Amino acid sequence: MSMVDVQPAASGMTMTPPPSQRKLPGWAVFILGTVAVVGVLAMTSYLTGQPALTSTLTMQNTVTLGLPILLCGLGGIWAERSGMINIGLEGMMILGTWGAAFGGYHWGPWMAVVTGMVFGALGGLVHAVATVTFGVNHIVSGVAINLLGAGVTKYLSTLIFQPLSDNPRDSPPIQQFDTFSATGFADWLGELERAQRVIISDVAGLLRGLVTRVSPMLIIAILLVIATYFVLWHTRFGLRLRSCGENPVAAESLGVNVYFHKYVAVIASGALAGIAGAALVLGSSPSIYQEGQTANRGFIGLAAMIFGNWRPGGTLAGAGLFGYADGLRLSATPEAVHALLYSAVIAAGLLVIWQLANRKWITAMLAAIGAVGVYVLYFFTDELPQEFLPYTPHIITLVVLALAAQRLRPPAADGVPYRRGEGD
Amino acid sequence: MNARLRSSLLAPVLAVVFAAVLCAIVLIVSGANPGTALGAMIGQVREGQVAVDIVNSTAIYMLAALAAAIGFHMNLLNIGIEGQYRVGALVAAIVGGAIVLPPVLHWLVILIVAAIAGAAWATLPAILKVTRGVHEVISTIMMNAIAFGLAAFLIRRDQFGILVGNNVTTEPIPSSGQVPGIDLGSKGTIFGLVFLAVIAAAVYGMVMNRTRFGFELKASGLSPTAAAAGGVNAKKMIVVSLLVSGAVAGLVGMPEILGRDHAYTLNFASGYGFAGIGIALLGRNHPVGIAFGSLLWAFLEKAKGALDNVGVPKEIATIMQGAIVLSVVVAYEIVKRMELAAEQRRVGQATGTAIAPAEEAAK
Repeated sequence: MSMVDVQPAASGMTMTPPPSQRKLPGWAVFILGTVAVVGVLAMTSYLTGQPALTSTLTMQNTVTLGLPILLCGLGGIWAERSGMINIGLEGMMILGTWGAAFGGYHWGPWMAVVTGMVFGALGGLVHAVATVTFGVNHIVSGVAINLLGAGVTKYLSTLIFQPLSDNPRDSPPIQQFDTFSATGFADWLGELERAQRVIISDVAGLLRGLVTRVSPMLIIAILLVIATYFVLWHTRFGLRLRSCGENPVAAESLGVNVYFHKYVAVIASGALAGIAGAALVLGSSPSIYQEGQTANRGFIGLAAMIFGNWRPGGTLAGAGLFGYADGLRLSATPEAVHALLYSAVIAAGLLVIWQLANRKWITAMLAAIGAVGVYVLYFFTDELPQEFLPYTPHIITLVVLALAAQRLRPPAADGVPYRRGEGD
Repeated sequence: MNARLRSSLLAPVLAVVFAAVLCAIVLIVSGANPGTALGAMIGQVREGQVAVDIVNSTAIYMLAALAAAIGFHMNLLNIGIEGQYRVGALVAAIVGGAIVLPPVLHWLVILIVAAIAGAAWATLPAILKVTRGVHEVISTIMMNAIAFGLAAFLIRRDQFGILVGNNVTTEPIPSSGQVPGIDLGSKGTIFGLVFLAVIAAAVYGMVMNRTRFGFELKASGLSPTAAAAGGVNAKKMIVVSLLVSGAVAGLVGMPEILGRDHAYTLNFASGYGFAGIGIALLGRNHPVGIAFGSLLWAFLEKAKGALDNVGVPKEIATIMQGAIVLSVVVAYEIVKRMELAAEQRRVGQATGTAIAPAEEAAK
């Protein structure tokens, strides 16, 4: 019962053709994708005269709002690579926000990250006990943890934060991280951005957002992306963990302790969701815990993971894209948001060319129809309803699932119940 | 029959007891008396309109749980009830406010519109599931979020929203579309559509146990391969059960809208969908079990207000609900394993005694 049931292409009788060789390594695809997205945005910004699309402020908001999504997505990778679906990320993230506010209030921002992580990991532990030890359906357990996470934090904040902040729904503000900027470099980029030259100014604006007022949280998150990639794909432990997600019975027969690896994976997943909660608390201003603060970002993290094909680099890209959609809402005017439709047209146009080059006539035609449709929408409207902007990640995810479900490759035994010694 | 009843009651009772003990421990650790808390909640039932509120909420939870249970029979996890009932309520309120028909006909039209809108919101996940193999959980989560966006957009004042006092609502439904309730004076009014929930539960029980459709649904859920071998079209069953589940989900908002609010308002209740999933699990997809589960849920939800008076944060009720869901599924697993072990022991003993005399005779 994986997230995407890929139907076998050929029956057992026929030989499956060897998979077409992937021409580019993953990092090259990542860089090409980034260049393409920045290029499309820069072109849109130039053609529609909306500099807000690539401004420093937009990039800073993207980073602040993308971090919780990225960390949740990483949590999703850890759990699902070991074969455990984790819908409970949202609940674990809520626990993390409370823990971060509590730790941050008493001991400062670094401890906020640690306590957030511990609270999230506790949520992960509950999920692990229910699903690994007792074999409960992963999704049901996740739904229960989302209910529990919300209930426990509400209870605890009424009990502990109300005397401090006179409000059962908020925590008192906690101290934020000291941010730092690469001043000289940022100033130079700032000059370039103000010069308003095509492409260069846009790239400068986006880069400047990355190097001014950098929070240590960004560094932590980037390190965690690298660590996740390294541990899961380049260590013995990671290989064993992933083997539990692909074929637990085979892993068991090779002497891998499947329960142990699944436990570690799910607890790590909760810990990452907890850090995501801490990032959310530290990134909001003032830095407080607030009831309903997570606003289903745990699910968006899961969506980023699917967008990223269950891999850290792809998840980073997905989180960046979804964080951008969220961040633009804060920094830009409705007209700038409307200009995004123009970006969609350019992107669809590129897709048409790509598909024609690959001789995929039907997909190319569908993309062309989509491009024309969106352009008509762009031409006849003046602004995009703000109400839909927060839901761009969800719509993108549905489109990706509808168009590319066959190219996504989730772990083979994702969500499949496993009992020691009961393999066939 | 007696043993069957005992084994099916054991797990939910164990779970509720375990959740209660857990909450009692939480209360003791935070310095409150669980006995006082429970007493306050039970005492609350007799206060004001709480008893009637519990009855009304029970009906709403029942509808949500029935929607979830239809999916569960097929091993489909319709997480999307949350979005489906929101869209159903919104569309039905807009349509209901725009037309004028004779009373009973008007109700029926609104209910049908709600069911169709709920089913429509489940269509995309159903199509993605059967054509592209996309798991329904992930697509319905996305549809839930989009439903919130759609609702926020459609209720804008330049779309269908109007300002009533400080609240933005849709055009009020005229009196011909309002379903009268049972007025109990100061105790409140029981929604007329409480009976809709009862009827829905009865129809659900009938369809599941007495019709070919119910049989095929349950067979597909228990063993998709066996059902396919028996001539059940698996893809058709997936689409039909998701759409029916969505249609029932579309009705969830109706008791409140036709019985009390007469419009879709900005502060339309949320969270019924996830509660429905928990209740369906607690009631083990059985209509009577669902009714009792809904009653328990409604009691926790409506009586928790009394806890603030005795100095206990009322959110302990939410913890209790989450703990019940988690412990009931764990309890089912434990009971299942115990029964399996007992069965194996019994078979072992039976075959053991069957062989022993034969061996004696051979000597």
